[in-house]
Amino acid sequence: MHRLLNNRNALGMLFMLPAAALLVVFLTYPLGLGVWLGFTDAKIGRTGEWVGLENYEFLWGDSVTRLALFNTLLYTVAASVLKFFLGLWLAIILNQNLPFKSFFRAAILLPYIVPTALSAIAFWWIFDAQFSIISWVLTRLGLIDRYIDFLGDPWNARWSVIAANVWRGVPFVAITLLAGLQTISPTLYEAAAIDGASPWQRFWHVTLPLLTPIIAVVMTFSVLFTFTDFQLIYVITRGGPLNATHLMATLSFQRAIPGGALGEGAAIAIAMVPFLLAAILFSYFGLQRRAWQQGGTDR
Amino acid sequence: MSAPGSDSQGMHYLESLPRRAVTVYLPLAVFVCVLLFPFYWMTITTFKPNAELLSREGNPFWVLQPTLAHIEKLLFQTSYPQWMWNTVVVSVVSTCASLAAAVLAAYAIERLRFRGAKPTGLAIFLAYLVPPSILFIPLAAIVFRLGLFDTRWALILTYPTFLIPFCTWLLMGYFRSIPYELEECALIDGASRWQILVKIILPLSVPGLISAGIFAFTLSWNEFIYALTFVSSSETKTVPVGVVTELVEGDVYHWGSLMAGALLGSLPVAVLYSFFVEHYVSGMTGAVKE
Repeated sequence: MHRLLNNRNALGMLFMLPAAALLVVFLTYPLGLGVWLGFTDAKIGRTGEWVGLENYEFLWGDSVTRLALFNTLLYTVAASVLKFFLGLWLAIILNQNLPFKSFFRAAILLPYIVPTALSAIAFWWIFDAQFSIISWVLTRLGLIDRYIDFLGDPWNARWSVIAANVWRGVPFVAITLLAGLQTISPTLYEAAAIDGASPWQRFWHVTLPLLTPIIAVVMTFSVLFTFTDFQLIYVITRGGPLNATHLMATLSFQRAIPGGALGEGAAIAIAMVPFLLAAILFSYFGLQRRAWQQGGTDR
Repeated sequence: MSAPGSDSQGMHYLESLPRRAVTVYLPLAVFVCVLLFPFYWMTITTFKPNAELLSREGNPFWVLQPTLAHIEKLLFQTSYPQWMWNTVVVSVVSTCASLAAAVLAAYAIERLRFRGAKPTGLAIFLAYLVPPSILFIPLAAIVFRLGLFDTRWALILTYPTFLIPFCTWLLMGYFRSIPYELEECALIDGASRWQILVKIILPLSVPGLISAGIFAFTLSWNEFIYALTFVSSSETKTVPVGVVTELVEGDVYHWGSLMAGALLGSLPVAVLYSFFVEHYVSGMTGAVKE
């Protein structure tokens, strides 16, 4: 017994057991079950029969699903681009010598740590058609004469939820990029400045190349979580108006849980996987660490 | 935190004050205002009487006659205290369980280096990338088959699917930073692997454990889609789900109590976070680096 406990293979297996058991039962198995359900016509309370690609064929011709795919792509691209630029800007500002720096950093991260479902309710209230504070300010400034119907018009609603998503995601991007910025030695900037580099050149030729690996990771996470977002949409618009803000995740919930069509919902969820894999592979191969970023030479 | 191995002060002193005001302080002020405004708005709405809430006159940014009516309604006429209790129980139990499983797993992968440790580490990372929104439908079927539907156990057992990968990944990085020599000394002195883990590794990785714990706790406190799907009766709901599904009655929105619910539900994580900002940030950035 004692010898067994000092054998690294046996002990390793023993230590892995709790984590592995939980993950196999509640992660790997459901993942496989999800793929299987996508090929069946399962309903709530009834195990389905194998129907092959029927679900996917139906969804391909379904206009709501196509709209949801379009919305998801728009939501992901627009929100990720905005989060990246605003987050990088904020990170660069926070990297200056600021008074109360740690206070600012703590305050800025607040949107990221409070429950998204609850801050989404605040946005719902901010975007209210009759009492929106944004409309109130704009009317007082004389910029508009009627209250904006933020969530009643398809395009207004799309940009409103994108704004809420950006609000929630910028702190994460900013704080992680800040951690990356802090590892860049100031001597590099000094050397560049002595060589006559302008601030823009210092950013373009020093900051950006050294930051690329961490940008790749941060943006992969950001794209991943934006693409599969559920809470914001569910709370603010429930996919409305006229399905204009339905994402793949909210649509699959809608079809599977209140609608009862487990098989169809699972097929929508599984249809997200290729996009996620593409995003991960793109950032892995496109933006991975280059040898010169670690002091070596590039081939 | 400054860059390693340099005494340089940076070149910020070269910029004049007016220039810094425009390039740094002004944008920073705008960022902070926009990022914090929804919280201010939540708070002010919580204390506004309905008459002020539903009028377009006056200054909406301030309260004239603050009231506790919304909070009172929330605490005494809804199941809010029960949701709060559920959230606490689910978050604490699933965080502790995940942390325990993650410590063992991370130690096994990083230090025991059993055969197949490398692929296992990679698998853990991949598990972290699986989003809950593609898992909730099959998980709902499993939860139902296990007879856990509409119980707290449904949440306690499913939250570790995203907590364990995250905590393990974080702790693996932490354990990596502890010198091997300490373990070798203990092995020579006749300590067993278990003793090494408990008496040497764990005391040295307390900051890492706090980071992982805080982060896991907020993740499970904020979880929404599983709680929405696996629980249906009011007594078992968590705060985010309860506020979203039960406080909205028909077409009349009780903005005051909705905002009060959002505010009170956010406070525990915000307070916890404010005590452990550094740990939280290192947990967040630690998971992204490498």
